[in-house]
Amino acid sequence: MSRRAWRWLIPLSALPVLALLAYGFRVNPREIPSPLVGRPAPGFALTTFDGAPLTLEAQRGKVVVVNFWASWCYPACYEEAPVLERSWRAYRDRGVVVVGVDIQDKAEAAQKFIRDFALSFPNAPDPTGKVSVDFGTYGVPETFFIDRRGRIRAKHVGALTDEVLRTRVEPLLGEPAG
Amino acid sequence: MIPELGYGAAIVALVLALWGAVTAALGARTGRPALLLSAQHAALAVFVLVTACFALLTYAFLTFDFSVRYVATNTNLGTPFYYRITGVWGALEGSIILWTWMLGLYTLIVILRHREGARELYPWVLTVMLGVLAFFLLVITVAAPPFARQAPVPADGRGLNPLLEDTGMITHPVALYLGFTGLTVPFAFAMAALITGRVGDAWITLTRRWTIIAWYFLSLGLLIGGWWSYHVLGWGGYWAWDPVENAAFMPWLTATAFLHSVMIQERRRMLKLWNISLVILTFSLTLFGTFLTRSGVIASVHAFTQGTIGAFFLSFLALVLLTALGLLAVRWDALHAQGELDSIVSRESAFLLNNVLFVAATFTVFFGTVFPLLSEAARGVKVSVGAPFFNQVNVPLFLALIFLMGVGPLIAWRRASFDNLRRNFLWPVLVGVAAAAFFFSLGVRSAIAVLVLALTVFVASTITVDFARASRARVRLGEPLLPAMGGLLRRHNRRYGGFGVHLGILIIAVGVTGSQAWSVQTETTLRRGEYAELAGYRVRFEDLTASEESNHFKVAGAFTVSNGRGLGVLRPAKKFYPQETSPIAYVDYRLGLREDIYLVLGDFARDGSQATVKFQVNRLVSWIWIGGLVLTAGAVLAILPEKKKAA
Amino acid sequence: MRVRLAPVATLFLAVLLIGAARGAPAPARTVSEAEVHEIAGGLRCVVCQNLSVADSPSEMARQMRAIVRERLEAGESPTEVVQYFVDRYGEWILLSPRRSGFTLLVWLAPLVAVALGLAIVGVLVWKWTRRPASTEAARRVDPAMRERIRRETEAEP
Repeated sequence: MSRRAWRWLIPLSALPVLALLAYGFRVNPREIPSPLVGRPAPGFALTTFDGAPLTLEAQRGKVVVVNFWASWCYPACYEEAPVLERSWRAYRDRGVVVVGVDIQDKAEAAQKFIRDFALSFPNAPDPTGKVSVDFGTYGVPETFFIDRRGRIRAKHVGALTDEVLRTRVEPLLGEPAG
Repeated sequence: MIPELGYGAAIVALVLALWGAVTAALGARTGRPALLLSAQHAALAVFVLVTACFALLTYAFLTFDFSVRYVATNTNLGTPFYYRITGVWGALEGSIILWTWMLGLYTLIVILRHREGARELYPWVLTVMLGVLAFFLLVITVAAPPFARQAPVPADGRGLNPLLEDTGMITHPVALYLGFTGLTVPFAFAMAALITGRVGDAWITLTRRWTIIAWYFLSLGLLIGGWWSYHVLGWGGYWAWDPVENAAFMPWLTATAFLHSVMIQERRRMLKLWNISLVILTFSLTLFGTFLTRSGVIASVHAFTQGTIGAFFLSFLALVLLTALGLLAVRWDALHAQGELDSIVSRESAFLLNNVLFVAATFTVFFGTVFPLLSEAARGVKVSVGAPFFNQVNVPLFLALIFLMGVGPLIAWRRASFDNLRRNFLWPVLVGVAAAAFFFSLGVRSAIAVLVLALTVFVASTITVDFARASRARVRLGEPLLPAMGGLLRRHNRRYGGFGVHLGILIIAVGVTGSQAWSVQTETTLRRGEYAELAGYRVRFEDLTASEESNHFKVAGAFTVSNGRGLGVLRPAKKFYPQETSPIAYVDYRLGLREDIYLVLGDFARDGSQATVKFQVNRLVSWIWIGGLVLTAGAVLAILPEKKKAA
Repeated sequence: MRVRLAPVATLFLAVLLIGAARGAPAPARTVSEAEVHEIAGGLRCVVCQNLSVADSPSEMARQMRAIVRERLEAGESPTEVVQYFVDRYGEWILLSPRRSGFTLLVWLAPLVAVALGLAIVGVLVWKWTRRPASTEAARRVDPAMRERIRRETEAEP
């Protein structure tokens, strides 16, 4: 009996491999968690399209929403632009700053985008891509939520909705600045 | 109406394939010829119906029937005629139809060729072939129906993936699928051998040529894929160790191992168990490849869409593996035989070593490909396993294989005497060592490059020595030299065909080594009239032109190339397709035996005053394509029917 | 087959020499194209699927190559530059997994495969060569001698 039984291990040996492949259905290869969540946000010093200096340092004590976008990113960036503008208006008096970083873009196209959506929050180009790499972005749109102490608390990939923005920002507002 | 006809044809074909599989099996059990005849008719009908499906889908493409979702996503009113036909197999659903059609074709050829010859095995071969066909028809009817309608009907389609608008992409899948589906035949014979218990050498002899044909198409598919990658994708390379490339490469590795180990069984009646295992492995790997390409489990450039289809393929893979390995376990006693070897220094040993290396390379590629999944399952961390890893771990294995390529064909069967070794290898070894010294003195300092070149010279010398000696023997018998050589090739076509394939592989190896070791590149932004210099070439930016093409907008730069004297103008471009968010690079190049000049257009100023260009001088890449032609010649020679030995 | 590499090799050397002689505006140190290519070749392009930062024609990859160059010029070691990217993108960005910890497994796999294969074939070859050798040795004994042995052993009892 035992002399014959072991040979059934041959077909059984395929099972772990098949199980691993089946496990593959549960994961999304395009979804990579950011190692930056929970760590201090990388500082940046940009110049907005209006010519004003824009640094992360200057926002210390506020909740900062950093949004990476581009004018060629259709439709996701076009969907979320009104959401960002709405939230900025709703939250600006409660200590929230929305910052737009335009990457891999042409200045004229980006400025047209800002005009079209009447964006009033600070927006700056990142011509060298340094800020986007500092934040470990993969593409656009991606949004980072930074708490009052300057740490990245969450990252959102894809178009934002009012719902996502509120659930991310509200808890951070409740935290002390110290 | 047309799409419904196609859908109906697929359903009927599915039913008939199942019917045929069952009747063939019953025919085998009962021995009633009528059942077998019915199965054959079913196979014929399946082929006709799949052909009809294919034709109807093509018709839908040609007539822009955008009510069919598959047509609408893969063509638009601007798609040129030519690509409307090839677009049929440009994405998931159509590619499965092409696959099924080829499988049907192979089934017919099997019927025509083996109906009379292999009485015991044949019915079961038919069952397996029709069973596999039934699976693919199930995919067509349920998981990925190409004829699915959509409403509302869009005014225009989305358009074919622009990267697929290329002749390479038309022929690459055709060759690759001919290889993949062709490997079903040896698998079906192996299964028939296991089911009937006739695990002797009959199935090996019958499938020998089938395996070579499938192997050749697989090689061709891989090479065309490399060419497509090189001249379309614009990254200057031909092989990225992408999961999908790996998926096609693994069955090639195991099929190659099988082609060699089969010779031991033919000659010495050993390794029955091993050969059947290799065939099962090879076929399972082709299924694994389709699973990988179509499930979206592992991210890849070539990946088709995601969906339920992955589960279909995984289930079928599980069914095949468990059944085949289960049968293997059942027939263990018949398969497991004590081998006999006379000496460690023999061709048998060389082939065994060859098999170890091929299977080790397969395992390495497989493990590397699924390792990201394992890492995530085991510790939740995403990792990548890419080209630098695969290159590093595979190079030693491939070097050893090239060495064996020189040893295997010339070392004696059973026991190589010292005299045999001296006679066959003394000169090649000396020439190889001399070559190493020669290349070193030329300034080649990369150890791998020196090794590859020296090994290549060594192997080429063994082939020359063998061929020269055999020709001389014939000349001594009074034949003139050229007819003697021709007669040799024809008479021993398998042997010399094999040598031809080996030569092709060697030339490819030199091309790969050269391009890895000596290619150079630079990337600069040039204003009009400025030039960049690299490796003795000067590339001058002349101007930028924009043009409206039938289905896209094209911005092309003009760059004059010279190396002292003018070499013409290259026009790399960027193509803007309305359906794509980012532009598609269009590479321009000047191919040469020694080096290619390869230009990729980067960013540019709207007014055409400046442009960024990636300027590469890629060494010896053409050798890869030339090697492919030599390999083809060798394979064709090997496939020719064996000439009856005249007494 | 004749491999004519002389011109190629000389060209290659010439390029190296030209590359070395043509100094950039020299910040902290000069960085060659090859150095950047070496590091970028090990980083996965984040917007493509399986191309390296060195090979990808994308804008993002071009910017990343510029960042690699800049950090090298600023005096960072190649290891530090790579670590900069790993800190931001995770181990995922390394095309060649680290040879430590869990990812060492993938590096050991080929070694284990070859070792195991060689061991199995070694044992089989050892077993298979022993059998025929013994029968052959028996066969090789001179028939007259065998006859004598038979007679003598039969005569024993």
